[in-house]
Amino acid sequence: MPELIVTKDIDAPGLDTLEGYRQHGGYEALEKALKEYQPDELVELVKKSGLRGRGGAGFPTGMKWSFLAKNDKTRYLCCNCDESEPGTFKDRMLMEKNPHQLVEGVILCSYACRVSVAFIYVRGELAYAARQVQRAIEEAYAAGYIGKNIMGSGFDLDVIMHRGAGAYICGEESALMESLEGRRGYPRLKPPFPAAIGLYGGPTVINNCETLSTLPAIVRNGADWYASFGTEKSKGTRVFCLSGQVKKPGNYELPLGTPLRTLIYDEQYGGGILDDKPLKAIIPGGSSTPMLGPDKLDTPLDFEGIAAAGSMLGSGGVVVISEDTCIVDAVLRMTDFYRDESCGKCTPCREGTFWLTEILHRLEHGEGREKDIDLLLDICDNISGKSFCPLGDAATSPIVSSIKLFRDEYEYHVREKRCMVERASTHKVPLHAGEV
Amino acid sequence: MISEQAKQRMRDLASRYPVARSAVMPALYIAQQEEGYLTQEGLQAVAEAIGMTVNDVESVATFYTMYYQQPQGRKQIKVCNSISCYLRGCDKLVEQLEQRLGIKPGETTPDGNYTLRTVECLASCGTAPVLQVNDEFVENVTPDMLDALIDKWDREL
Repeated sequence: MPELIVTKDIDAPGLDTLEGYRQHGGYEALEKALKEYQPDELVELVKKSGLRGRGGAGFPTGMKWSFLAKNDKTRYLCCNCDESEPGTFKDRMLMEKNPHQLVEGVILCSYACRVSVAFIYVRGELAYAARQVQRAIEEAYAAGYIGKNIMGSGFDLDVIMHRGAGAYICGEESALMESLEGRRGYPRLKPPFPAAIGLYGGPTVINNCETLSTLPAIVRNGADWYASFGTEKSKGTRVFCLSGQVKKPGNYELPLGTPLRTLIYDEQYGGGILDDKPLKAIIPGGSSTPMLGPDKLDTPLDFEGIAAAGSMLGSGGVVVISEDTCIVDAVLRMTDFYRDESCGKCTPCREGTFWLTEILHRLEHGEGREKDIDLLLDICDNISGKSFCPLGDAATSPIVSSIKLFRDEYEYHVREKRCMVERASTHKVPLHAGEV
Repeated sequence: MISEQAKQRMRDLASRYPVARSAVMPALYIAQQEEGYLTQEGLQAVAEAIGMTVNDVESVATFYTMYYQQPQGRKQIKVCNSISCYLRGCDKLVEQLEQRLGIKPGETTPDGNYTLRTVECLASCGTAPVLQVNDEFVENVTPDMLDALIDKWDREL
């Protein structure tokens, strides 16, 4: 079993309390940082560690921090715990089981970036996670880790837990800021980027929950130690969320660069495909990333490897699809999500996701036409890159990639008016149009 | 009826944030907690506490799916139907709930006991299929388990 960093001791009893967290080295990193590091030195340390954002884009964390505008405006931190990407469930676990690690990460980042008010934006549906984070914040205030003159350093910080209320779009950083400012979660046009003009107009750093939860270990053990895990360009470990038609779904922390095959088939991790069926497709980084075929099983799970295979590492949500599944129906299900979650601000995304689901629906239910497959691709082309935020682009990923890999299955639907896959247990609607 | 205590909590929130308006979402949660859904009086109370117009508050409230515009059942059942739960048979659970409760997703039983919803990915894909009852998770749900759960909820109501 490789060394665990962010999920180390995650199942230790009482880890979610201040006392329990301290017994496992909690807040030692904060003490060390405040005593031994100037803020800029901490930024350098994180740069050197090679840590990259764990939310989806994989941007180097230390570099992001160094882009903060140098002016006299109040700086803010938004910790993005609005975990909603289908197939992703790591941040919820980190908040529920080790909330103090996250809070310590938030304080470390705030110190490094000279932030005076930090927000932890927790997805609305995750009520227990929100309570855990809130309690950790209160305990940290009481212990003097948050507040005025933290541990005698002269550093002041306020931390506020803010609950979302059901909107996937608020995981997009500019929509998250709009939501925090008390508005509808509509994305902002970029530039200006949040590092220049962000929350309340101040320079703002926005980092994912897992990213910040990794900081205490990096500060405690050093940049070189962290950089010794993973690959040359993708350092460290990552919590991979394995789900779908696999024997042992769950969160597995592995060094970046671990082959997909190990995660899915190794007995310690996924243990193989459910009912020992053949593998059909893998979504490597949450439903917004293009799916890959079984021929890509030996691809290393790192930013470069997955990109070279034609997809993205995204949020680390690895969804496994077996031969038991109709790909058109699965893609319809994913597209339903984007239609429902499109905020409606940009026409290509709002109207495009609607029409994509309409067309997929008729294909799946035996009413498709020959030209529908190319029509889907045409609509995707009219959405991609034509909206304020990446939600529309994300909606096109499952469709474009699945047509590339399984065009024959789409054509079969048009020709035979039914699924190639025999099993129909997950279908609500009869497979043949006009049946019943 | 929004209690004076609830209004005070809203005002406290407004001063807790750097800008009062940021407190609109938590204040809406308080209003909803008081009455089970957002009434005109609830929106009014939020508007007064935060210093926004009622229309403005309503425009925020209607963007987010967790603020309810209608009375809700005493047990609110949310079934995840996104990709990972779909791959693990969530549609069967929805059918089973429809049959046992006699309502479709989005509806509330006439006795006000249950509201059924299908929702987007609940960040519990490793323990799919999942549902939430009044915001608390039930994971790795099987048809047998669901039958027993509904019996249990019935007894609790």
